[in-house]
Amino acid sequence: MLEIKNVHKTFNKGTINEKKALNGVELHLNPGDFVTIIGGNGAGKSTSLNMIAGVYPIDQGTIILDGKDISDWPEYKRASLIGRVFQDPMMGTAANMSIEENLAMAHRRGKSRGLGWGVNKKERALFKERLKMLDLGLEDRTTTKVGLLSGGQRQAITLLMATLQKPSILLLDEHTAALDPKTAKKVLDLTEKIIAKDNLTAMMVTHNMKDAIHIGNRLIMMHEGRIIYDVAGEEKKQLTVDDLLHKFELVSGEEFANDRMMLS
Amino acid sequence: MAIVYAIQDAISQGVLWGMLTLGVYVTFKILDIPDMTCDGSFALGGCVTAALLVAGVHPVPAILASVVAGMLAGFVTGILHTKLMIPAILSGILSMIALYSVNLRIIGGASQALLGIDTVFTQLMELTGLSQSNMRLIVGIIFAVIMIMLLYWFFGTEIGSAIRATGNNPYMVRALGCNTNTTIMISLVLSNGLIALSGSLVAQSQGYSDVKMGQGAIVIGLASIVIGEVFLSKKANFAYVLTTVILGSIVYRIIIAVVLQMGLSTDDLKLLTAVVVAAALGIPNVKQKLAVKRTPA
Repeated sequence: MLEIKNVHKTFNKGTINEKKALNGVELHLNPGDFVTIIGGNGAGKSTSLNMIAGVYPIDQGTIILDGKDISDWPEYKRASLIGRVFQDPMMGTAANMSIEENLAMAHRRGKSRGLGWGVNKKERALFKERLKMLDLGLEDRTTTKVGLLSGGQRQAITLLMATLQKPSILLLDEHTAALDPKTAKKVLDLTEKIIAKDNLTAMMVTHNMKDAIHIGNRLIMMHEGRIIYDVAGEEKKQLTVDDLLHKFELVSGEEFANDRMMLS
Repeated sequence: MAIVYAIQDAISQGVLWGMLTLGVYVTFKILDIPDMTCDGSFALGGCVTAALLVAGVHPVPAILASVVAGMLAGFVTGILHTKLMIPAILSGILSMIALYSVNLRIIGGASQALLGIDTVFTQLMELTGLSQSNMRLIVGIIFAVIMIMLLYWFFGTEIGSAIRATGNNPYMVRALGCNTNTTIMISLVLSNGLIALSGSLVAQSQGYSDVKMGQGAIVIGLASIVIGEVFLSKKANFAYVLTTVILGSIVYRIIIAVVLQMGLSTDDLKLLTAVVVAAALGIPNVKQKLAVKRTPA
């Protein structure tokens, strides 16, 4: 499914701001894996997802997705295989366009765009049906501009957009971090529901250790641009937050530091 | 009576310059890039038309050639911006400066009169027997309606949606598998085609072409857009929005005609226009800043 081999990335090479973001990341994902990713500040969690999505080129290594070596593909081309939800609810949608126009853009992910209508009748019915699943009442507001919606609503729509065309992999970059706890819970439930329904392969960066343990079938801990702990199945389910903190200190020899990390 | 004639003339001028405003609208409002190529491509449209008309070419192919020339200018700006990764404003300025020389070459001097030469207006006047001022208005309205319909259709298509989304949020567009370089390129080509069309029609209507005729064109376009926004309501559909862009261009010309009648020197026009645009763009920002100011206890 996803094969990451020895990926390195350094930002601002040769300057005073040089930052080794990824330092030999190795990862193999099986189809249907739902991996949660945790780690301290600057551990390389988001950078890893951005590398897979092709936001910036990698310095070294290979990324193979669905049997295709996508290491040199530009971002827009990789998007044919990848669904993404960002931390910032503003990032995933176009504010001045309606809900259905946004969904229609997403519905054409990985397809060539021509001079056909941007939204057609058949799609409108499909969008209404999918929006109903969100249970936010948005199915009756399909022509509302997305900019008028709340952060939670926008994030739910982005999630829908990312999965409208089944992606080979779904990348979730702390997609509930900017939401209030209640909305975050709702979006997270929705995430699990959609991933289970379509049997998606997914990676989710989170700052909530409890979520990281309870959600998905596999957990990865990153530190200084490397994966330092990788656990799946029964062993993962048995984990506690204390176990994770202990594990971190053991491997890194440091105390766990993440400004946003929620330990309880 | 002078003022009535001046306003009548202003309306037809406004419609002809309206095509330029539509072009500026595409880049500035939809794509969110101020494209400085505008000044050059407007004059380019006028100069290509003048050179071809003088050479005996029929006005219709001359107009088409001007549009294609404008599109090419937009394409060059697009290459500078997307392939050579030069900031959008600078890319436009480079094209604009280069076009000054190109335009001098095209008409072989600083200006080219079209005295006694058939233009689209004179030909239609002969055909219909209408007066020149009526003909200008009719031709302008025909072109404006066609362009509004074309733009309305185009921005409803898949590519058009992707362009609108690029102006909103380029990150999202890339994440949804669309190359933003392509959408930027298409917009610049489309916009400068419209602007050159405007230049071509204006040159034919005024009876000459001048390499300096595009000077400040982008600011005139912006002023027209800003004025047009006055007519805008929250729930306006896109065809209506495009119509307000043309309306803005007309009102701009009327305002100019009125202040000129009131005795303002033409030398001061550009200053006045710049002040109007600066105020229209700046005042909302200042208002917002004042609004968030802490109320004293």
